[in-house]
Amino acid sequence: MVIYGVYIVNKSGGLIFNLDHNLPKIETEKTFSYPLDINLEYEPKRISVSFGQRDGINVGHHLVSVNGMQVNGSVLEDGRDVREIIESKDSYPLSLKFSRPKMTTNEKIFLASMFYPLFAIASQLSPEPKSSGIEVLEADTFRLHCFQTLTGVKFMIFAENMQAGIDVLLRRIYELYADYVLKNPFYSLEMPIRCELFDTNLQALLDQVEKGGVASI
Amino acid sequence: MTIYNLYIFDKLGTLLYYGEWNRLKQSGITKDEEAKLMYGMLFSIKSFVSKISPVEPREGFLYYKTNKYALHYLEVPSGLKFVLNTDNTSTGIREFLQNIYTKIWVEYVVRNPLWTIGTPVSSDIFKAKLDEYVKQSPLYGAKLL
Repeated sequence: MVIYGVYIVNKSGGLIFNLDHNLPKIETEKTFSYPLDINLEYEPKRISVSFGQRDGINVGHHLVSVNGMQVNGSVLEDGRDVREIIESKDSYPLSLKFSRPKMTTNEKIFLASMFYPLFAIASQLSPEPKSSGIEVLEADTFRLHCFQTLTGVKFMIFAENMQAGIDVLLRRIYELYADYVLKNPFYSLEMPIRCELFDTNLQALLDQVEKGGVASI
Repeated sequence: MTIYNLYIFDKLGTLLYYGEWNRLKQSGITKDEEAKLMYGMLFSIKSFVSKISPVEPREGFLYYKTNKYALHYLEVPSGLKFVLNTDNTSTGIREFLQNIYTKIWVEYVVRNPLWTIGTPVSSDIFKAKLDEYVKQSPLYGAKLL
């Protein structure tokens, strides 16, 4: 059982809790000879692959290191310009490491609030009356389960595709939320959740589910 | 098992065709606006999925379900998008959409010299063949009221 992440969104669409669990880290290092057979796009803040995916280096991946040296924006740690190194013939063979971009906290907040209108439009465009919003959204790499409580809080789980019993898990997380977040006198409603007990209990729940399946809770 | 409606969009978001069978609720806005809203939602879902996916997606978004219906999505490499709403117990819809593309769209729209790319389809034969194909499919069940 693989769960990639848990998100909790409040009733106005703000992200109040997020936990990454088991996110695979995708990094590929490869030695290249001149001329480079992939096309790179140089932006002020990052260098990404724009064409020519091969050997696990895909379009959209960012350059993270050159010859083992970290890339910061468009320059190396020692201040040399990456573009100059890549374009000069003398620096080859060159070992470049690419990785799939990790989501920043800001991006997560942005995506969580993006889900809110999708949820609402799905129920508006429904061909049947009285439809709820999106409950399950499937892509080829993951499945998103969403549970909206009567009070409007949304619990979302990103899990592997063929995963049964996530609804039970969502309700268990709701229970944890009710027990450890709402009963916490220092927690103000609608605000980001920073409750240690909730964190530890949720982590324990996820570990348990991962070992013994949903039937064990 | 029911099929509600089908939208076909091109890569620029133009609604090329809209077909409706057992739809029980209208959205309360004009067809034009509804198509824009639908395309906008799909566009956002696509970008949402590609960002939030734990590993590299290939096909990306496949479908979503609510408690009443399921929306199935097929995008072909040329950017043509097929969107089919069914009840949420139907299965095998991806193949069904693929067949609509290869057997009906390609045959009766792409091979029709009178159709201009990027304009809504008004061909009667396409309409008739699509209707026939949908109604013959086991997915198209009786209307449950």
